Amino acid sequence: MFGYYLDLALRSLRRNKALTALMVLAIALGIGASMTTLTVLHVLSGDPLPGRSGTLYYPQVDARDDSGIMPGKEPPQQVTEIDGFNLLHAKRADRQALMTGGSVPIRPDSAAIDPFYVEARYTTADFFAMFGAPFRYGHGWNAADDEAKARDVVISGELNERLFGGANSVGRTLRMAGSLFRIVGVLGDWAPSPHFYDLNTGAYGYAEQVFMPLQTALDLHVDHNGSSDCWGNGTGGVGRIYPSSSCVWMQFWVQLDTPAKAADYKEFLVHYSEQQKALGRFVKAPNVRLRDLMQWLAHMQVVPDDVRLQTGLAFGFLLVCLVNTVGLMLAKFLRRSAELSVRRALGASRRALFAQLLIESGVVGLVGGVGGLLLAVLGLWVVRHRPSDYAALAHLDPAMLLTTFLLALGASLLAGLLPAWRACQVAPALQLKSN
Amino acid sequence: MHFRHILSALARHRMAVCLLVLEIAFSCAVICNALFLISARLERMRRPTGVDEAHLVQVRVRSIAPGSAGSIMAQTHTDLAALRAVPDVTHVSIVNQTLFGHSFSASGVSLSDAPKAPSITVTQYYGNAQLPGTLGLKLVDGRWFKPDEFVSDEQMEGAGGTVPVIITRALARHFFPSQQAVGKVIYAFGTNRIVGVVDRLVQPRDSGSAEAYEYAMLFPVNLSYAQGTYLLRVRDASQRAAVIHAALHALKTDGPLRLVSPKDATTLEAARAKYYRNDRAMAWLLVGVCVSLLAVTAVGIVGLTSFWVAQRRRQIGIRRAIGATRGDILRYFQVENFLIATFGIALGMVLAYGINLLLMRHYELGRLPGYYLPIGALALWLLGQLAVLGPALRAAAVPPVVATRSV
Repeated sequence: MFGYYLDLALRSLRRNKALTALMVLAIALGIGASMTTLTVLHVLSGDPLPGRSGTLYYPQVDARDDSGIMPGKEPPQQVTEIDGFNLLHAKRADRQALMTGGSVPIRPDSAAIDPFYVEARYTTADFFAMFGAPFRYGHGWNAADDEAKARDVVISGELNERLFGGANSVGRTLRMAGSLFRIVGVLGDWAPSPHFYDLNTGAYGYAEQVFMPLQTALDLHVDHNGSSDCWGNGTGGVGRIYPSSSCVWMQFWVQLDTPAKAADYKEFLVHYSEQQKALGRFVKAPNVRLRDLMQWLAHMQVVPDDVRLQTGLAFGFLLVCLVNTVGLMLAKFLRRSAELSVRRALGASRRALFAQLLIESGVVGLVGGVGGLLLAVLGLWVVRHRPSDYAALAHLDPAMLLTTFLLALGASLLAGLLPAWRACQVAPALQLKSN
Repeated sequence: MHFRHILSALARHRMAVCLLVLEIAFSCAVICNALFLISARLERMRRPTGVDEAHLVQVRVRSIAPGSAGSIMAQTHTDLAALRAVPDVTHVSIVNQTLFGHSFSASGVSLSDAPKAPSITVTQYYGNAQLPGTLGLKLVDGRWFKPDEFVSDEQMEGAGGTVPVIITRALARHFFPSQQAVGKVIYAFGTNRIVGVVDRLVQPRDSGSAEAYEYAMLFPVNLSYAQGTYLLRVRDASQRAAVIHAALHALKTDGPLRLVSPKDATTLEAARAKYYRNDRAMAWLLVGVCVSLLAVTAVGIVGLTSFWVAQRRRQIGIRRAIGATRGDILRYFQVENFLIATFGIALGMVLAYGINLLLMRHYELGRLPGYYLPIGALALWLLGQLAVLGPALRAAAVPPVVATRSV
């Protein structure tokens, strides 16, 4: 029966090519626009470290005085140097790393390559293990190297390619920021997106090429990039060292393997705040936060407003396209009242008619869905060639592919439901008589 | 016209009419809000900066090895002299942050040195004596800095400084609504006396509220090239590319090994275009959505009206046979469409305000101004009439003889 209905549907659709084309086009446009924007939204709000993000937490403490220029009950989004090192040395978490970002000049040994600046991360040793950064060669440094302000560096695979042609460069030296560094490790492909551990650098399309011990970076006074918020009189500054207790400019991340440990850690943060208040450093009552990675991303609203707006618009557009299709489908089905009446009079049940009409609208949906998929691929291609930070991320993954199909089919079946039901209400006798 | 007849005829096609009304309503709501969003974007992009943008180019030089402060400053003086010698350059300055650039420097500023005094965040520009001339700022009160007032960066940020400051008119109005600002004191870096007020200067990037965009301070600071960006004012805007080329050449040939790259040199106009490219793209996207919505709605109207015309061929024939003119039939379909569009628009207005309220809650967006509604209404009425014309003309062409034929 299905094959017969399909044949009937195709015949009916072929009879009025212009109308069919319009319906297919409307569905394809709506689906294409929705899927393009939904895919971008999906990619941008994705988990940067699947499997690990649940155990990573971002502690915040409030060290501000009352005159803070950052109002609100939320603690600062970063930590001061003093608090960062205090929390780091307390070692209350399974793993912890204190870090900040910047850029450093590299002067290659070969005179043929001009000096250049690269993005850098200044961090303590646990960074690589905690975030699961894969090493192609070598390994990271350890806590002793941190304290010794070792001139050790881990470089990205991309920089290794550029400087050493991809060879194992562990043990070789690198002239950076006026000092000689020893390469201890080379990372594989690793660029979490969004750049969750420091959103100040821009959430998307940012990856460091160089990782060096934080204490070494502080020792060398390398450039800091990112946000620095200070309080008290005389704040801000141009490329200089920040006051260690009244400027937040570092990020502190911890790994807590169980929820119980997370609860304990939060308690520890409160104790720490109370202790600092007793010492006279903190002024306010303990004001702490301990968000896990995904909560932190949600709190920071990393997904650009425009992307959400575009998704909303696209679905509004899809809605109009669907209403349009319902209208056209209704017109098409009602026009065939006479034909349907004949079938009813010859003994076809309402259900059979309904199924036949649904199959017809399903065919329109399927073709529209395929068209929409092609349009979405085209749309994502356009997004990729736009100069936005997240351009490179806009790819269709299998989950979104499936969603597209289900959306297209579901939408058009839904669109066919009402007209099919309405068309099945024909009174066969009346229709036959009037003809 | 016989509204009542048309309405009772429409009542026989309730479902189709409802669909058409819904479609027009959704389109109307989305189009009103999209137009409003477009105008908000354009307004944001058109705000003046108070700077002579057409004649400015900027070049950033980066050192690759730390040197002594003295040697870097000496090199800066050499650079400034070399850049001033470039043909067509009238002013050269060095500034800590450029408009539409990446870096943004700001401080808490208050009217009292009490620890709990309320403060606002204001951006600060550090520059040498040529900076006002380079930017093309207009002084509306007071004076520019005197030559002996210029300090180094270290002196500027040292505690308890008394460096004078020039502020923007918007900031002066914020702190001293009804008084003259010149001569007053603000507390930003120690104690800063206001010596002048400029007409307009804005933050390098959008940050904070809309009025805070025009809050800025200017401090007399001589920076080294490692701390800022060279800013050049060009006499003839058509010579900007040549000036960038010559400036890069001058900076590369004299001085130690430094990073002098065409990537760090741009005109201010190019920097502005780059800064607003996402807003521009979004505005075009919204235009695209509006056009597509109108097209889809038109298709819907044509499709359903064609169906009605086909269905009513006999009735049209009868009406023609008993005396209706072609004009009557044409007008019948036009009025019918006008009524449907009016229902749709009325529902659309309500929806438009609903969407606007939703957007206001999630985005920095004002209330939808009332005049968007008639614009949206007019667009959809016009669209409806255009779309219905084809099917209506076909209806008018139905000959009266149809009435006499059975099928």
